Amino acid sequence: MKFYLSYFKLRFITSLQYKTSALAGISTQLFFGIVYVMVYLAFYNSNSSNGPMKLPDLVTYLWLGQAFYSLFYMYYKDPEILDLIKNGNMAYELIRPKNIYFMWFCKILSQRLATVILRFLPVIIVGFLLPNPYGLSLPYSLSNFMLFLITLAISTLLMTAIITLYHVIFLNLLNEKGIVNIFSTVADILSGSTIPIPFFPIFLQKIAYILPFRYIIDLPFRIYSNNINILNGINQMIIQIIWFILILIIGCAVMKKNLKKIVVQGG
Amino acid sequence: MSFIEVNNISKTFKVSVRQSGLKNAVKSFFKRNYKYVEAVKDISFKVEKGEIVGYIGPNGAGKSTTIKILSGILIPSSGTCKINKMTPWEHRKEYVKKIGVVFGQRSQLWWDIPAEDTFDLLKDVYDINEEEYQKTKKDLIEKLNLKDIIHMPVRQLSLGQRMRCEIAASLLHSPEILFLDEPTIGLDATSKKIVREFVKKINKEKKVTVILTTHDMSDIEALAKRIILIGKGRILYDGYLRKLKNKYDNNKYINIITNDKLTIKHKGIISKEKTKDGYNIIIDSKIINLSDFLNLISKKIKIEDVEVENENIDNIIVSLYKEYEI
Repeated sequence: MKFYLSYFKLRFITSLQYKTSALAGISTQLFFGIVYVMVYLAFYNSNSSNGPMKLPDLVTYLWLGQAFYSLFYMYYKDPEILDLIKNGNMAYELIRPKNIYFMWFCKILSQRLATVILRFLPVIIVGFLLPNPYGLSLPYSLSNFMLFLITLAISTLLMTAIITLYHVIFLNLLNEKGIVNIFSTVADILSGSTIPIPFFPIFLQKIAYILPFRYIIDLPFRIYSNNINILNGINQMIIQIIWFILILIIGCAVMKKNLKKIVVQGG
Repeated sequence: MSFIEVNNISKTFKVSVRQSGLKNAVKSFFKRNYKYVEAVKDISFKVEKGEIVGYIGPNGAGKSTTIKILSGILIPSSGTCKINKMTPWEHRKEYVKKIGVVFGQRSQLWWDIPAEDTFDLLKDVYDINEEEYQKTKKDLIEKLNLKDIIHMPVRQLSLGQRMRCEIAASLLHSPEILFLDEPTIGLDATSKKIVREFVKKINKEKKVTVILTTHDMSDIEALAKRIILIGKGRILYDGYLRKLKNKYDNNKYINIITNDKLTIKHKGIISKEKTKDGYNIIIDSKIINLSDFLNLISKKIKIEDVEVENENIDNIIVSLYKEYEI
């Protein structure tokens, strides 16, 4: 446990060195937030029948999406892990007395947390400061907010488990691009990060609700504004936890299998 | 039972092969050709606690593969290996706590931050308690002369400075066995000397067993009494370096510069090679002594210049490689 904490600390220290990147990230997120909100506003104004989500709920969803973008976008590839697979530094990874799966899980988790910690707050604050209907609303109730925080924490774990899984699959595929790009695009869309899931056509909604990806973004963000109420939220949280455990187990198993036939690249 | 016991280890790799060029690249996209490469074949040896063993062989002989098997990274295709009563790849997590590995061509230090931060992380990786960690760290800093470089970001270190930090990083958890895979590659004379003296010291003081691969024979001469020579995946020689030296010690390398053609056959001449402006000849001075030999040839040809060189370890290895045709 202590190792994971100090690993996180180190990652955090390292990412603090990249202030410009954080500033650039914040301004990108603000820009995209405003653009998204305006697009949906135009869409709601021109259409007399209401969309599938109430406007303030939707705007809140969009702002939360921007604030936590660096935590939840599914295209993430850990450069350090990919490097060590490609250039053979995997050898050093394997001489550590730790479970490799959890080491990677922790690497990815700390990298993503370290990035988001520097970025989410300014976006949230700007979101709150913006006037109606552009701005971020307060949570629907305290219990919604609490459940939002809990499901957000679990979705962080779920996201990490999914991302770790595809890094584990890389282990025996030298060129990761093709398979992972397809996978991460699907995951990203079905998590609800580009378009909220209620806006999907019905058949795609059905698919999205079956798969684990929506539990990453869709669930916590809609709980926040009570678009999913507390009772449903708790039920879905249980499914979210089950998905997390399941993907964790799959990841561990694949890692075990891949380590058996590992080839360390280069002399 | 010996400390390290390796029995009949073999490792086969499946390698995809293709000729260069676009056409072949496209072809191999649809149908890939594989070749099975036997990196090591039927390797067996024993090492006692506290020994320093030099593991040598030409490029591609299987040295690094052996080190990787011994350190639990690769699983051999067949064979058994017991080190300190453990099988490296089966008890990996437990086993690696007891070993330190330095891969000369790789880095375990974080590129962007000072080496000391990596050390602190390794402390938690290996669950070293604070007091012991501080003691070991201080000791390593002193012995490897790291005081001035440990606080600099690793990317700003020279290769030699970095290598010393790498070695320190591999020894923070006070391992019982140290595997060094080409630790002096690319280092200058001073850094080499520091590294060698350090390895000697920890072997003596802490009874650390060291297995070392290198292409620099002076490393071996300075450190190892025993060598294992490997070529094309097989062990060719396992024994004392001294014995090997004695065997070849009488060899003299003679470089003759002449315009004449030399035909000579005599007992004691090991090899004769034509060069651009003369000949390279190796003789066994026990059978034919140097002055006799020079007498003999000076009768036959006009010698413009002659250079005589004694046997050195590099030449021994070259002649060994020749003898075993590797």
